Amino acid sequence: MSLVLTVNGRQHTVDASPETPLLYVLRNDLQLNGAKFGCGLGQCGACTVQVDGKAAYSCLLPVAAAQGRAIRTVEGLGAPEAPSPLQKAFMDEQAAQCGYCIGGMIMRAQALLDANPRPSEAQIRAHMQPNLCRCGTHMRILRAIRRAAGLPVEAASA
Amino acid sequence: MSVEAPSRRQALAGGGLVVAFCLAGPAFAQGGGEGGGQKPVAPGLPGSLKTTPWLDAWIRVDADGRITVFTGKAELGQGIKTALIQIAAEELDVPPQGLRLVTADTGRTPNEGVTAGSHSMQDSGTAILNAAANVRMLLAQAAAARLGSGPDAFDTTGDGAFRSHDGRTVRYGELAAGLSLHVAAQPNAPLRSRAAPRRTMGRDFPRVDIPAKLTGGEAYVQDLRLPGMLHARVVRGPSFGTELTAPDFAAVQATPGVVAVARNGRFAAVIAEREWTAVQALQRLQQAPWRRTAPPLPEGRPQAGLGGASQDQVIFDKPGGAGGVRTVKARYSRPWLMHAAVGPSCAVALFQAGQMTVWTHTQGVYPLRGALAQLLRMAPEKVRCIHVEGSGCYGHNGADDVAADAALAALAVPGRPVRMQWMREQEMGWEPLGCAQVGEAQASLDASGRIAEFRYEVWSHSHNGRPTTAGGLVAGAEVEPAFPPQTPRPIPMPEGGGDRNAIPIYAVPAGRVVSHFVRDAPLRASALRSLGAHLNSFAIECFMDELARVAKADPVAFRLAHLEDPRARDVVSRCAEAFGWAGRRPSDGRRGSGFAFARYKNLASYCAVALEVEVEHETGAVQVGRVVAAVDAGDVVNPNGLQNQIEGGIVQALSWSTVEEVGFDQAHRTSFDWSAYPIARFKDVPRSVTVQVVDRPGAPFLGAGEASQGPASAALANAVADACGARIRDLPISPDKVKAAIGV
Amino acid sequence: MSPAWNTPVLPAAAAALALALAACAGGARLPPPPPQTFSAAEIEKGAELAKLADCQGCHTADGGQAFAGGRPLNSPFGTIYTRNITPDPRTGLGRYSREAFIRALRRGVRFDGAELYPAMPYDHFAYADDEDLGALYAYLMTRRPKDQPPTPNKLIPPANIRGAVAIWKALFFHPGRFQPTPGRSAAFNRGAYLVQSLGHCGACHTPHNFLDAEETSKPLQGGVQEGWYAPPLNALSPASVPWTPEHVYSFLRTGFDRDHSAAAGPMGSVVRELARAPEADVRALSVYLATLMQPSPAAKGAARPADHVAQAAAAQPAGARLYAGACAACHDAGAAMMREGRPPLQFATPPQEDRPTDVVQVILHGLQPATGPRGPYMPAFAGTLSDAQVADVAAYVRARYSDRPPWKDLASAVAKARRQGGEG
Repeated sequence: MSLVLTVNGRQHTVDASPETPLLYVLRNDLQLNGAKFGCGLGQCGACTVQVDGKAAYSCLLPVAAAQGRAIRTVEGLGAPEAPSPLQKAFMDEQAAQCGYCIGGMIMRAQALLDANPRPSEAQIRAHMQPNLCRCGTHMRILRAIRRAAGLPVEAASA
Repeated sequence: MSVEAPSRRQALAGGGLVVAFCLAGPAFAQGGGEGGGQKPVAPGLPGSLKTTPWLDAWIRVDADGRITVFTGKAELGQGIKTALIQIAAEELDVPPQGLRLVTADTGRTPNEGVTAGSHSMQDSGTAILNAAANVRMLLAQAAAARLGSGPDAFDTTGDGAFRSHDGRTVRYGELAAGLSLHVAAQPNAPLRSRAAPRRTMGRDFPRVDIPAKLTGGEAYVQDLRLPGMLHARVVRGPSFGTELTAPDFAAVQATPGVVAVARNGRFAAVIAEREWTAVQALQRLQQAPWRRTAPPLPEGRPQAGLGGASQDQVIFDKPGGAGGVRTVKARYSRPWLMHAAVGPSCAVALFQAGQMTVWTHTQGVYPLRGALAQLLRMAPEKVRCIHVEGSGCYGHNGADDVAADAALAALAVPGRPVRMQWMREQEMGWEPLGCAQVGEAQASLDASGRIAEFRYEVWSHSHNGRPTTAGGLVAGAEVEPAFPPQTPRPIPMPEGGGDRNAIPIYAVPAGRVVSHFVRDAPLRASALRSLGAHLNSFAIECFMDELARVAKADPVAFRLAHLEDPRARDVVSRCAEAFGWAGRRPSDGRRGSGFAFARYKNLASYCAVALEVEVEHETGAVQVGRVVAAVDAGDVVNPNGLQNQIEGGIVQALSWSTVEEVGFDQAHRTSFDWSAYPIARFKDVPRSVTVQVVDRPGAPFLGAGEASQGPASAALANAVADACGARIRDLPISPDKVKAAIGV
Repeated sequence: MSPAWNTPVLPAAAAALALALAACAGGARLPPPPPQTFSAAEIEKGAELAKLADCQGCHTADGGQAFAGGRPLNSPFGTIYTRNITPDPRTGLGRYSREAFIRALRRGVRFDGAELYPAMPYDHFAYADDEDLGALYAYLMTRRPKDQPPTPNKLIPPANIRGAVAIWKALFFHPGRFQPTPGRSAAFNRGAYLVQSLGHCGACHTPHNFLDAEETSKPLQGGVQEGWYAPPLNALSPASVPWTPEHVYSFLRTGFDRDHSAAAGPMGSVVRELARAPEADVRALSVYLATLMQPSPAAKGAARPADHVAQAAAAQPAGARLYAGACAACHDAGAAMMREGRPPLQFATPPQEDRPTDVVQVILHGLQPATGPRGPYMPAFAGTLSDAQVADVAAYVRARYSDRPPWKDLASAVAKARRQGGEG
């Protein structure tokens, strides 16, 4: 079935069965790497993209249901030579070990900062809760988000 | 990142130095081992130069000055690529940005066995350090000949050239054309990094792989897209030791978009044009019932298997022990743990013109190649394994098995690459696990409160199931005829497996340590980050606190009183000072602090961890506040990278220690997804983690990827005991266990 | 709101009544307690009862200290913030004597005589006996004190005047004493006692009138709290699989039952505590509730699980497509979750309910493991699916998994649920 998707501001026509999760279309039809397969079950957030500004599980969004909605992936935020503020913050904090979860983390965090530019520590942690990191990079991810939000990078001590 | 598959002819035809190393003999150690897998041919050389002494195996300089460095190690997300680039750049005295690093590839790089055991810096880092120094030395000799002066009459410029004192320059590329690097390394080539001011090593050079990972660049084997690539899913029962009964292959075969169902004995994989087709086909096949094919599991008793027949070895024996006036005993244990990588294992395989190429995130391309060759009944030269990053594996996870699955599937569709992706439940059901362990400690204190005798016994299954033969692969038992399973063998000391770090580093007048290796395990057991050191350091460091309490001594002072190694003392003191241990808040029934220390394997990095907790009295929930660590990893190549590894190890170990345990019933694993095997999330992780780096320029590199796990777990248990009096010795330290210990 | 509220007569009468009642509500301030010790046995008993009553569930804020209050509770009149019931003398229960505490729980009156809002279910606690209330007192008074002043309530007039509660009480608060049913087992009567008193199940599961009082003529016939629908626990149970005591026990003890579904929304916190309450008491609850549901259609064989795949796909093609991509990986045959014993949707009660509330809530907000870190987990689809898409999925679920007529007004149900936020 022919479907038209708006991804990172550009229109793409893809041929996929309508219930195919968006994740596979992004990766295999549009050759976008940012959203990753981690579980396909909405439990880990590695597939997180922004849909109409909100963080969404691309592994659980059928591609037909993504038509007419603005999809943004990490590729749409910036490139290595011209990273977005949040991506630059991740680079400055070297906030990655294996890095597999990071694309999803960035999109999840971007959705938060788009809605709430100066979140509290509790709000950041609660918002990021659906996304898993197994390498234990959480502290750096939090620092990167604080940095991008213009907050003190060190966590406030109790 | 492009897929490189140069032929030997192409490599040889390059105008620069020749990459023409020869493969040494078959792997030396049984069962994959750790670190190198090769027999040393030049024992006097440092690091992996012992097994691969030819300089051109490690470094190539092209006529245009382009430098390529080769390593047999793999980037696992630990930052090794960046660190090795820094090392090579430092010794060659070139900008790191210009260096290209080729990682583990049986077609191109030295055989450095497995990227594991925190050996990468020691083996590959040391080899590259010395190889690069050798190459610089040879280039200097060539420059001397060219410039007609003595070798000391010029300096390196830092950008790939020599400049004589009278201002003449000659670039490396010009010199390279006439220089063969197919020579053995010299053991004592002068090291720039020890003499000259450093330009690269010791600096926080940003990791070379991170920019692509933040911006959707191609970075993982999961991102590989080859022309004509097909998508496959392997069809199995829910977990190791089970199989599906009569899945409906006929129905799936008839589904539009399904190209083939590859079958060999009980191995089966569905191959489709589109990935979603394969996923749906697998779900359909999984509607079939399943049954157990192995003996029943000891439901509800994770340590039950450790009572089986064991090989017992005394690994430390210092008789004596008179003068003890008080004896303390304690038993510590941990359950089965998963690697649980965020990205389930994946591989791409292509069978073409009699050659099998597999792109894989295995930790060991050479041992895997050997196992695959046997599985596929092909000559090893016909099989090539190229490492491409996967998500963090933390040891032996599903990477090797999925590579075998991909290769078997590829045989069914010659000429077309096959991408085999494990599902989340397949990764959790089939990956090898970190085994349950039990440690029993007993010590006596003398009248002055010092240890008079220290005894420790540990029971463990194998920590080394890495495939070197086809029998080590899941598919090896499924194909027809099947391959016999590998026999689990203990990893000998001084590194050890289940007994890693079982010998306390503390100076004790008498003691005895016994290691019990229980070969038969109810679940599939192999290497999980830090191996037996996790439980042993946990046990010993909890026990040190318990002894300190009986001796009425401060936990840090008690450790220092028994530590002779000055570097160990230094790390302990630095950590305590940075944490503010001396002035720390005393326990108030709900908040407390804990400390722990270990030297990984008693050979590698030193790491001390101090942390604070707050215990919610009504639920037993433990929240970790401030964590401070100190690490001595020898000569630090990339301080930020080292901190990253220590922080990550701490956060991961805290997750292991608070919430993780593999569940199983009689028939299978019941941990099948993140809801059944939860790990720590953002609300659970500490408030802050800071790592003090104790740098030792010039000292040997020490691996640090596994140094913080044992100390972090013990520091947690010690902090909980300090906070509320609950001494939990059986991991994980769950809220229910803490609450039960606190009472109403 | 009933039109009677608009007549001019009522406010004047109400005011007079309020004054009269305030005078005789026993509203005198009671003195603080003398120094006291409690027996370990009484404290332990109080701990058990606190789990059965799920005091922590309301009196603990997200991330806050246990019992220190501050949790927002939504009511038709605005938001009430729960009180600090730690023994802190300034901001908690520290000044309550045993008598004052029992009076508070039985009669809804603060130690200084002020009215307590009936968000505190004293209409149920009134049925608890003195010994149990005394044990609760012993337990709460031995908790860790926390100085945490109350968060001001945000109530619309006239509800923001505490005195108005006196009118509410005059109209609706007429508690009796618990009466065991003769001829029933001890477990049944114990369960009845717990349900009616400390368990306060009716606070959610009984319909409430426009002034937010339980309709005592319709006990456990279904109610709404925090945006979730608590289904009937009696003959009107819409479940398509009968609830045996074993089923109820499994649900209450583990957070899910393989033949029904997983606890979601506000039930999660109840189950977290019941998982750790005395087993015999949870079994008693199960016996009682299962007995109440014996006359339900499922128990009589008049309702059966349904799975109309083809019909639902034909009736709701958009929903079917969405389901195939968004839901099937967990909920359809062959999914790991199904293989591992999580409840299949054809056994779940929410698709049978007379309103789409719970199906919509759980799609939007997901559900978390209730009793600990492991257990049924569903992601929140609020960011992933649009309102129309959630409505389509809900319509499909109704068509596939029930024999009942389609829900009406799905779109507005979704919009309403979105406004109400996450789990209770």
